[in-house]
Amino acid sequence: MAFYILKRLLAIIPTLFGVAVLIFLLLRVVPGDVVEARYMSQGSQFQSQDLMNIERKKLGLDQPMWKQFTTWMGGLVRLDFGLSMWTGSPITEEIKLRFALSLQLAIMASTTAVLLAIPLGILAAIKQDTWIDYAVRVFSIAGLAMPSFWLGILMILSMLIFFKWLPPMVFTPLWVNPWENLAQLIWPALAVGYRYSAVGTRMMRSTMLEVLREDYIRTARAKGLWLKLILSRHALKNAILPVLTIMSLEFAFLLGGLVVTEQVFNLNGLGMLFVEGIARRDYTLIQALVMLVATVFLLVNFLVDIAYAWLDPRIRYR
Amino acid sequence: MKRLAGWLAIAAGALLAFPTLAQTPRSGGELVFPVPSEPPSYDGHREETFGLIHPIAPFYNTLLRVDPNDPGGTKAHPSLAESWTVSSDGKTYTFKLRRGVKFHDGSEMTSKDVKASYDKIIFPPAGVGSTRKGQYAVVEAVEAPDATTVRFRLKFASGSFLASLLSPYNFIYKADILAKDMNWYEKNIMGTGPFTFVEHVKGSHVVGKKNSNYWDKGLPYLDSFRAIFMPSSSAQVAAVRGERAHIQFRGFTPKDRDTLKAALGDKITVQESPWDCILMVGINHKKKPFDDARVRRALSLALDRHEGSKALSQIAIVKAVAGVQVPGTPFATPPAELNRLAGYWTDPAKSRAEARRLLKEAGVPEGFSFTFTNRGIPMPYEPLGVWMIDQWRQVGLNVKQEVIEPAAYYGVIRKGDTQTFMDFQCGYIVEPDLDMYKFLSTSRNPANYGLYEDPVLDQLYDKQSRSTNAEERKSLIRQFEKRLLEDEAHYLLTLQWHRIVPHSAKLKGWTVTPSHYLNNTLDNVWLTK
Repeated sequence: MAFYILKRLLAIIPTLFGVAVLIFLLLRVVPGDVVEARYMSQGSQFQSQDLMNIERKKLGLDQPMWKQFTTWMGGLVRLDFGLSMWTGSPITEEIKLRFALSLQLAIMASTTAVLLAIPLGILAAIKQDTWIDYAVRVFSIAGLAMPSFWLGILMILSMLIFFKWLPPMVFTPLWVNPWENLAQLIWPALAVGYRYSAVGTRMMRSTMLEVLREDYIRTARAKGLWLKLILSRHALKNAILPVLTIMSLEFAFLLGGLVVTEQVFNLNGLGMLFVEGIARRDYTLIQALVMLVATVFLLVNFLVDIAYAWLDPRIRYR
Repeated sequence: MKRLAGWLAIAAGALLAFPTLAQTPRSGGELVFPVPSEPPSYDGHREETFGLIHPIAPFYNTLLRVDPNDPGGTKAHPSLAESWTVSSDGKTYTFKLRRGVKFHDGSEMTSKDVKASYDKIIFPPAGVGSTRKGQYAVVEAVEAPDATTVRFRLKFASGSFLASLLSPYNFIYKADILAKDMNWYEKNIMGTGPFTFVEHVKGSHVVGKKNSNYWDKGLPYLDSFRAIFMPSSSAQVAAVRGERAHIQFRGFTPKDRDTLKAALGDKITVQESPWDCILMVGINHKKKPFDDARVRRALSLALDRHEGSKALSQIAIVKAVAGVQVPGTPFATPPAELNRLAGYWTDPAKSRAEARRLLKEAGVPEGFSFTFTNRGIPMPYEPLGVWMIDQWRQVGLNVKQEVIEPAAYYGVIRKGDTQTFMDFQCGYIVEPDLDMYKFLSTSRNPANYGLYEDPVLDQLYDKQSRSTNAEERKSLIRQFEKRLLEDEAHYLLTLQWHRIVPHSAKLKGWTVTPSHYLNNTLDNVWLTK
């Protein structure tokens, strides 16, 4: 097992290097750069090529590509992401606050999703083809059909129209003011969590149905074991494996992929930072964000694989 | 008795017309406003986005400012300079500075600071970028003969020099700081403005608090302001609707205005103004058949701007039919005169018949196809693009729209491969030198992507720029406008943008102007409760 963990951890390095090469090249293939985005987008009458050259030099964009790449890689090895080309501030500073918000939102949305998906999925499976099953299926299909940002807009409008209230517009960290923090994040967490739970509920239901038809479950039932015990001791552990994979990957996606929901709720998260970075051609920022998200994906995958072994004793790694 | 009644009626009328005069300003409160974009840096000399002006301008003063009560947004008003004189040859401007103005660190502001700030803008040292350097090509030197006097010596008399000093970006910085580090102001704030800097949380907000040592005694009225970065327009509207924000200074769409008005009724005040921004169709003169002035004129004649104005102003942030100056401003062509230009006629049938005749004469076949390149920004590029394509279709042209993502847009246009494309400009003040510079020959202004050379147009520009006689200048501007829009039809102007600012009725003392870069010092703004 220890060898397997070491092997998997080492495999992360070439994967990340591949991601680094790919993102570096892809960004430079796309037309436009940060200087153009800065000085050509405001419709000013006096646009100076001299100024653009000065700015490009300042940012190192006048250097050959290989030099730009090696400089960046050198920084990465030292865990120095450099400065944002747009603001000139350290990238760690740009990401820090947004990461805290996105992480908290991802955790809250995932918790909502797990709390909804697992019990509902199990319930729908054990009450297959009853009105409860149908109700759960309608609830989960509705969640899949409704984009979370649209649900978010409905939530905001409802709060405005019926309660004349709007969530706070500025992020307050949980440890500074828990009430303000939750008042802002609970709504997007519910909107995102509901959609996310829909996938989990459907997956949970189908895997549970499959497991409940297995011989060992029939044997357990024949022995006269309580249904609760059968479900928790025998069925759930096996049925949850695919759900775990899906929900873990979704968690990683939530960290940087909630662009529209963040816009709707005016959340200062990583998704918005990503989109702004791309619109501004802030190469260093996008590169850092891609590396961050790729690392999170790889680590989550790694942890899921380890969790498999814990949940299913049949799985052994070498 | 009748006379008294008359005076009372006039007084009441004045109070209604200028509601801010009707109430005594109240001190206190925090102004909260969303800003659709975040400043890349804090250096006004380097940036050119309202995203910098809205949250950062309250920390600074400029030498002069636009009169905050002038809805036209063109009148010069004292700021750090309390008075000024112009020499008889128009080549020397001397400004007398206020005494007792202090930077937020307590040090005194003197002419040395003004000179250092303007030297940075006009004569930046190697490696330091100045966005507006080109606007001050007329300046020979900036001098500080004594602590309270600043003198600008010009190479020649200029009709627009004073207006160029009204730029809201020309913050006065501290000379000692600039002497140590020219780039210090990119990441730091130290001004003389009515508010002092409290915090900037990246991606979230900027907070400023009242400068209790502000030189203009009694101001500012507000205790503080909070600028919240909010890119989504629906979130901005929700913030105003939910009374979590008082105003969004840039402006909303007609639909947003109607939504807010319907939801909040008397709690909302709406101020509107023609906006000193315009989208225009650039025509690549290097591509056939667009090298022929008749074809370009036909494209302009095909646009029924008057009917377009009525329809588009319901759904987009455009309204007035305009020439090279914002309607209603000092150098703008009156509508009756403007309507005599080809493309501005009020009879669309006559215009389209003429367009078809010109196309035929130029040998352009019926159903001729070309590509119109548009910028991937929904408002107002999208509705204007759709409208124009339909207008051109009505004179037998078949137009394909190609939409390019904003950050890549000008890179694509600059290559010179496009046939027709959407171009735009926005100004901080309505001033002919600024608004017409765009249309000079490409050899003089590389940002003219029409790729044409027109020495006659250039000459007219220079003449009006050097004229200090307003009437003579007006006449030259009319000639420039006629040549640009009718004779040569180098560029096709669409419709003037229209600025709609619905704000909380609690907010007083703020006047909308044609520029979303103006009136953001917030010194004379106040809240009723």
